[in-house]
Amino acid sequence: MKFSDFVAVDAIRSDIESDTKQGVIREMAEALVEAGKIAPGELEGIVKAIMKREDLGSTGIGRGVAVPHTKHPSVDRLVGTVAVSRKGIEFESLDGEPVQLFFLLVSPPDRPGDHLRALENISRQLRDDGFCKRLKASQTPAEIEHLLEEADHHGFVS
Amino acid sequence: MSQETLSREVVVGNRQGLHARPADLLAREARKWQSRIELVGKSQRADGKSILELLTLAAEAGTRLVVEATGPDAQEAIEAIGGLFDRNFNEQMNGNDAPGETRR
Repeated sequence: MKFSDFVAVDAIRSDIESDTKQGVIREMAEALVEAGKIAPGELEGIVKAIMKREDLGSTGIGRGVAVPHTKHPSVDRLVGTVAVSRKGIEFESLDGEPVQLFFLLVSPPDRPGDHLRALENISRQLRDDGFCKRLKASQTPAEIEHLLEEADHHGFVS
Repeated sequence: MSQETLSREVVVGNRQGLHARPADLLAREARKWQSRIELVGKSQRADGKSILELLTLAAEAGTRLVVEATGPDAQEAIEAIGGLFDRNFNEQMNGNDAPGETRR
């Protein structure tokens, strides 16, 4: 799976304002509503479901990256977006690092395979330090979009 | 202080596969041991102490993996990690505690 298969480019944000876990998740979900990827009436339910998942254990996967996610019946395909926080957010990650890079995923209830392949793509690409650093340093959504495209086409991983 | 590598085959039993929560549990368990712990799939291996690396395995339900442990507490580590797979990471088989869904 590629980034372009699930990242809604109109919902990419390069400077998240919130400094709390819930605030970041809300900003990203709102961006997906604005991009027309999730219905406005589903926003609260989706934010709540993602927070409930975080209560089971942080989705901070290390290296300053988190993948907040949920399943939700209102989407018929996997949708996601990317956001960067300049200051970094305390996310209770296993390695204790504050999180600067977020990939938020909303998937249909019966597609666990797609969800796994999106996580695989994200984690495989982010193993590359250069890619990870450049994403975190992005100044505009267009820059993030360009980096994701580059990763999709060439891969940063040798 | 044996440095030989011990290994054990495991099967991903939970319906959702090795997604973020089981990967988190696995990495947390692996970090309790001094030994180097790796999960070996068909075409790649992952550091058992890194959630990010474990997710690169994209191990779906039914996938066979090999747990390898090298170090002074390899035996205990293998047993602890193997136990997580044996218990399906404490997820119910019907998958109703899948991401974002309610779990008792």
